[in-house]
Amino acid sequence: METLQPVTGLALILSSAAKIGAVFTTVMLVVAYTTLAERKVSAWLQDRVGPNRVGPFGLFQPLADGLKNILKEETYPARAARLFFILGPMLALIPALVTFAVIPFAAPLPTPWGVVDMIVADVPIGILFILAFSSLGVFGVVLSGWASNNKYAFLGGLRASAQMVSYEVALGLSLITVLMLTGNVTLTRVVWEQQQMGFWFVFPLSLAFILFVISAFAETNRLPFDMPEAESELVTGYHTEYSAMKFSMFFIAEYAHMLTASALMATLFLGGWDIPGPWDDAFWYQGQLIKGFAADGSVLLAAPSVLKTLVTLVAFALKTGFFLFFYIWVRWSLPRFRYDQVMALGWKVMLPVALGYVMLVAGTMLVLDELGMRSGGFAYGLVLTAVSMMATVGFVVFLDRGRTIAGAAAQRAQKVEIKTIPSPAGD
Amino acid sequence: MVDILFYVFAAVAIGSAFGVVLARTPVGSLLFMVSTLASVAATYVLLEAHFLAAIQIIVYAGAIMVLFLFVIMLLNLGHEYRRDLKAPLAMIPAFAVVGAMAGFIARVFRATDVGAGMMTEAGRGIDAALLEHGAVGAIAQPLFTDYIVHFEVTGILLLVAIVGALALAKRSV
Repeated sequence: METLQPVTGLALILSSAAKIGAVFTTVMLVVAYTTLAERKVSAWLQDRVGPNRVGPFGLFQPLADGLKNILKEETYPARAARLFFILGPMLALIPALVTFAVIPFAAPLPTPWGVVDMIVADVPIGILFILAFSSLGVFGVVLSGWASNNKYAFLGGLRASAQMVSYEVALGLSLITVLMLTGNVTLTRVVWEQQQMGFWFVFPLSLAFILFVISAFAETNRLPFDMPEAESELVTGYHTEYSAMKFSMFFIAEYAHMLTASALMATLFLGGWDIPGPWDDAFWYQGQLIKGFAADGSVLLAAPSVLKTLVTLVAFALKTGFFLFFYIWVRWSLPRFRYDQVMALGWKVMLPVALGYVMLVAGTMLVLDELGMRSGGFAYGLVLTAVSMMATVGFVVFLDRGRTIAGAAAQRAQKVEIKTIPSPAGD
Repeated sequence: MVDILFYVFAAVAIGSAFGVVLARTPVGSLLFMVSTLASVAATYVLLEAHFLAAIQIIVYAGAIMVLFLFVIMLLNLGHEYRRDLKAPLAMIPAFAVVGAMAGFIARVFRATDVGAGMMTEAGRGIDAALLEHGAVGAIAQPLFTDYIVHFEVTGILLLVAIVGALALAKRSV
């Protein structure tokens, strides 16, 4: 029987170094293959084949792209602020990579030297760390747009900063409901509370999930929110003047942002590495790795195993992968917003709705606490799910305003015949 | 380890602070300012004040400095560099003020006995609060119980500032 103590001393240093290396390599590999997935999925959505020349099924395409970008010529626009022009891509890339450090990606792994937490840095401020670094990401975009000495790049940079600052507010407010339900800001605790409730937060906080997904799309500058790039208006926005590897760094930053946002959505709302049922539950509680509490309040010790770590790692990868696919799916399905629509949605819809929802959840929790219901229990989650469902349906009906969903239903009721143009016979 | 890190971040903070004053372009000054704020946040982390560090980055480096960057770029101050202080005479009062401030700080440090024992005792209190309430709760607990009046008054002050800014902006349109 191995001891259920966290690793200390040399083992801690070595395991941390191993985790940093493994996570960094995995993030870079996933980013590289997400670019390929983007091209493949877009091809399938448009009834094409996609890249299929380099390696089997085009699997080595990212390597070829990387090599090409390294070997290409670096250009500098005339009268650009040289130093800031070089600094821009770095400032965009680093925050995107660093934020993955606080996301737990599997159940704790038992080793002969102690239990290793499957998270690079379990900092006590968890979610705030992510918010802090994502707010620093604006600098890279704005600075490179300005330093390029190009009006399109500059407009892209300005748009990016306005958009990211606006949607950060709605993002933060949608997170507040999660924090209220968790009572702490560390992501390990968020996962643990979801395991204890028996509900992934996507159910009791469904509206917060929707608001978070929309804000995350805006924060990562992805379609339909890719105003800072907007090829048809601004050439490619803030990275118009960038070539070779510096352009590639913006690309890596965008996909790393997507990956972090996907992992965050999975962790906050889909239980992170949790798989349904109490089998894999584990949390550090007063120095012990526990599975939960018995009816009389005593702790039940967890039994971590290598199998559990592997299975939960796969669960986490599947959830994150789903959101990555969702990002790509949305990009190739929806058209781009107009700029004033982006701002109107952010300030006039997202912000008031998020604020109202915080009040609603807080009020419901207050009533439940007054009624003496056990905070964080299954019944607690059930009531919150019912309340949130009503809010979500109201929100969707309000956004639809009888157009898309109701309109399609009305059209079907009228049995509108769609006239097809007869194809010229036999040419 | 903590000592070494403290000296590294303190050196970066002070060096960047000099950079803010000495940089040739306003954007350079701004980035040095961000670097200073980040280094100070890092020293907060070394003091176990994680929440303060996060707020320092989110509010100052992430929000206020972006606003500064906006202003610098929109006023197109970024590229040109013109010496504002023509006469070296103007520097004399500036240095005098800085010297006076340094003197005050030195006096305060000498007057209050910030001994090693006091620091560790306060640190133990912080450790207990962190263990009980978490990084955010340790701040929130006193803020929303003992200091609730101050907190609400500050909130009203900020609200007044927002309303005032709106009123000023409305008139010019």
